[in-house]
Amino acid sequence: MKQISGNKLLVKALKEEGVDTLFGYPGACTIDISDELYKQNDIRVILPRHEQALVHAADAYARTTGKVGVCLVTSGPGATNLVTGLATANYDSVPLVCFTGQVARHLIGNDAFQEVDIVGITRSITKYGVTVRNREDLGRIIKEAFYIAQTGKPGPVLIDLPKDVMAEPGSAEYPKTVNIRGYKPSTGVHIGQLKRAIKMLNKAERPLFLAGGGVNISGANAVFKEVVEKTNVPVVTTVMGRGAVPTNHPLFVGNLGMHGAYAANMAVGECDLLFSIGTRFNDRITGKLHEFAPHAQIVHIDIDTASISRNIHVDVPIVADAKEAITKMNEYVNVCNTKKWLDEIGGWQQEHPLTMKKHAEMGPMDIIREINRQFEEAIVVTDVGQHQMFAAQYTEITEKKKIIMSGGLGTMGYGFPGAIGAKLGNPDTPVIMISGDGGMQMNIQEFATAVLEELPLILCVFNNTYLGMVRQWQKLFYGKRYGMTDLRSGALSRRTNGEEKPEYTPDFIKLAESYGAKGIRVTKKEEIAAAFEEAKKNTKVPTLIEFIIDPEEMVYPMIQPGGTLEDMIMDC
Amino acid sequence: MDSNVKKRWISLYVENQVGVLSKISGLFSGKSYNLDSLTVGTTEDPTVSRMTIATVSDDETFEQIKKQLNRLVEVIKVIDFTDIFVRMKEILYVKVRKCTQEDKVELFQIAETFKARVIDYGRDSLLLEFVQTATKNDAVIKLMKEEFKNIEVVRGGSVGIESISMMER
Repeated sequence: MKQISGNKLLVKALKEEGVDTLFGYPGACTIDISDELYKQNDIRVILPRHEQALVHAADAYARTTGKVGVCLVTSGPGATNLVTGLATANYDSVPLVCFTGQVARHLIGNDAFQEVDIVGITRSITKYGVTVRNREDLGRIIKEAFYIAQTGKPGPVLIDLPKDVMAEPGSAEYPKTVNIRGYKPSTGVHIGQLKRAIKMLNKAERPLFLAGGGVNISGANAVFKEVVEKTNVPVVTTVMGRGAVPTNHPLFVGNLGMHGAYAANMAVGECDLLFSIGTRFNDRITGKLHEFAPHAQIVHIDIDTASISRNIHVDVPIVADAKEAITKMNEYVNVCNTKKWLDEIGGWQQEHPLTMKKHAEMGPMDIIREINRQFEEAIVVTDVGQHQMFAAQYTEITEKKKIIMSGGLGTMGYGFPGAIGAKLGNPDTPVIMISGDGGMQMNIQEFATAVLEELPLILCVFNNTYLGMVRQWQKLFYGKRYGMTDLRSGALSRRTNGEEKPEYTPDFIKLAESYGAKGIRVTKKEEIAAAFEEAKKNTKVPTLIEFIIDPEEMVYPMIQPGGTLEDMIMDC
Repeated sequence: MDSNVKKRWISLYVENQVGVLSKISGLFSGKSYNLDSLTVGTTEDPTVSRMTIATVSDDETFEQIKKQLNRLVEVIKVIDFTDIFVRMKEILYVKVRKCTQEDKVELFQIAETFKARVIDYGRDSLLLEFVQTATKNDAVIKLMKEEFKNIEVVRGGSVGIESISMMER
C-alpha cells in the first residue's frame, strides 16, 4: 500500500469533498499544509487579513452557495481568532469545517509556543470538535466532519491537527462512507402528526404561518410558496426567515418580533393557529413569553428536537427537515377560508404601514428602496445594528434576491468579510453590503482581500457617527445619555465637555482609495441613484458608498426587550 | 418555580474518548442545568463509556436536558431512569477518628443496622464502607455528623442499571 503524509491526505480529502475554495491564514503549525496546497491548482486559496474575517467569509460563502465553508488557520492565536466566527456560524446553522494547526503531540499541555486547547475553548460553540491523535484516524475524521457539518441541523465542525500527526506517513485511502453511532440525523416526516397539524390548519379561523431561517436553509422556498398559495394562509417571518416567500407576495405580512411590522406582530397576537417552521422562538421574536400568541394553538416543525417546546409550549411537534415536511404538506393541504382574517390583517397594515419618519432629507429607507429598484438580482449582506434592522424591514427578497446576516449571535464585523465570501461563491451575482460605520471598522482590513481578489462589491456604509442601535436604546430608555456610543468622542470631547468634536475618523473615501478601491460619499437623496450607477461600472474593484445618515434616525416599530404588543413603540 | 422539581436520573452511553466528560459537564454548566452527581466508567465494550447522572430539575428542563444530550455527536444513547425499574447504588466511605470505646461500639451498631462493613480499624479510629442508595447515604452522613465530631466522608456518586425485565424471568 502506498503511504502518504497526513498533509497530503488532507488535500486529497478536500478535493474528494469537492472543495473549490479554502479560506486560510498560515502559521508555523500549518506551513506543511500551505506547502501541499501550493503544489495544486484545484482548490483556490483565499488569504483574508485576519482569521475572524476569514471565518466570516467562509460562513457567507457557505450560506450563499449551499456548500461547506472550509477554513485553515494555525495554532494558538490563529485558532482563537476563529471563536467569534464559529459561534456566529453555530447560532445560524451554517456548515463549516475548520482546520486548526496544533503543536506536536509531545508538546501538547506544555504551554508550548502558540499552543491552545482550541477544542476545549470551542466545545460549546461548535457542532463537533476533535483533535486528531492518530494518523490512521485522519481520513475518517475529515469524512465525518464534512458529513456532520452539512446534515441534520447544519453547523461548524473543528478539527485540530497536531503537526507531527500530519507529517506522519499513513494510508492514502479517503473513506467513502460514514457511520457514526451517536449521530443519526432524523429523516422523513411523521405523517400522522403532519395530518393532525393540517387538520388544525383547516379548522382554524385565523391561521398564520411563521417561517424561520430553517425554511431558507433547507431551500424550501419554492414549495413553501406553493403551500401558502394553495391554502391562502398569511405568512410572517423571522429576520432569518425573511424571503421564505417573496417579500412582495400578497400573503406576506412582514417580520415579527422586536422590530417587526405592526401588522405581523398583531397577527401573531390574534391568530388562533400559529403554524411555525424552522424557528427556535428566540427572545427577540417572542418578547414576553406568556403573552406570545396567547390565543393560538402552535404547530412547530423543526429539524432540531431540542428547539421544540423549549421556549414556548407546542401543541403539535414535528421533527423534520423543513423542505421534506413542506413537500409532504403540499400533498395534503387545501384552501382555507381566510378571507375575513386577511381583511383584518390588511386593516392593521393600513393602520400602521411599515414606514420611517424622516429626520433628514435622506434616510436609510431611501437607500434601500433604491437598491430594491436598481437590482433585479442581488445578494445583500448586512452587518449588525440599526442598518441591519432597516435592511431586514425594507429589503425586497425574491427568488433572485437574498439577504444574509449574523442573525442569532449578532456579530458586528460580519458584513464586509461576509460580502467577500458571498462574492467569491457567486461571481455573477451583484453583492451589496450594508453596514454601519461601527461594524465596517471591525474588519476594515479586508479591503486588501477584496481589492486583490478583484471583487466588485458595493459596500454601503450608513455613517451616523454613532453606534446607532445602542444609541437608540439610550435615547429611548436611558435618558439620552450616549455613553460609549459616540464614535467621535475622545480626548478633545472629554477636554471640552462634549462641546467640541474632531472630524470623523476615518475618512472612508480616502481609506478605500488607499487600498485601490473606489469611494463615493452621498449626502443628498438625489445622489443615491447615481452613486449605485457609478458603483456598477466598477467591475474589477469594490466601491464604498458612504451615506451620511442623521443619528436621530431610529428603527421603528420597536417592542421593548421582554415586552409585549402593548409596549410597541411606533414612533417618537 | 415548578412544584415538579425533583431529583431525576439519566443513564448515558457515550464514546470513550478524550473530552467527552468535559462536553457533558460543560453542557450542564453552560445551560445552567443542575448536575447533582455524575459517575462514569467503561463498559464491556472498551470504546463505550456509561455515565449515571443525577439532576434536580422540573419536567420541562429535564426534557430539554435529554434532548440536548441526544444532540451531542459523542452521545450514543440516553436512557431516562425515571419510570423504569433500576438497580442503583452508591459507595460511601466514612472514617471516624478520635473514637472512644463507646463510640466504637456505636459505630459497629450503625454498621450492622445499615449493612455497612467495617473495613479498617485503628487504635482510636474506624473506617466504614456503605453500599446503598444515595438517599440512604445522605441519611447516614447526617447521622454520623450529629454523633461524631471527627469524620471524613467520601462518596462515589450513584451507578445504576436497569433491572432484569419480567419477560426474562
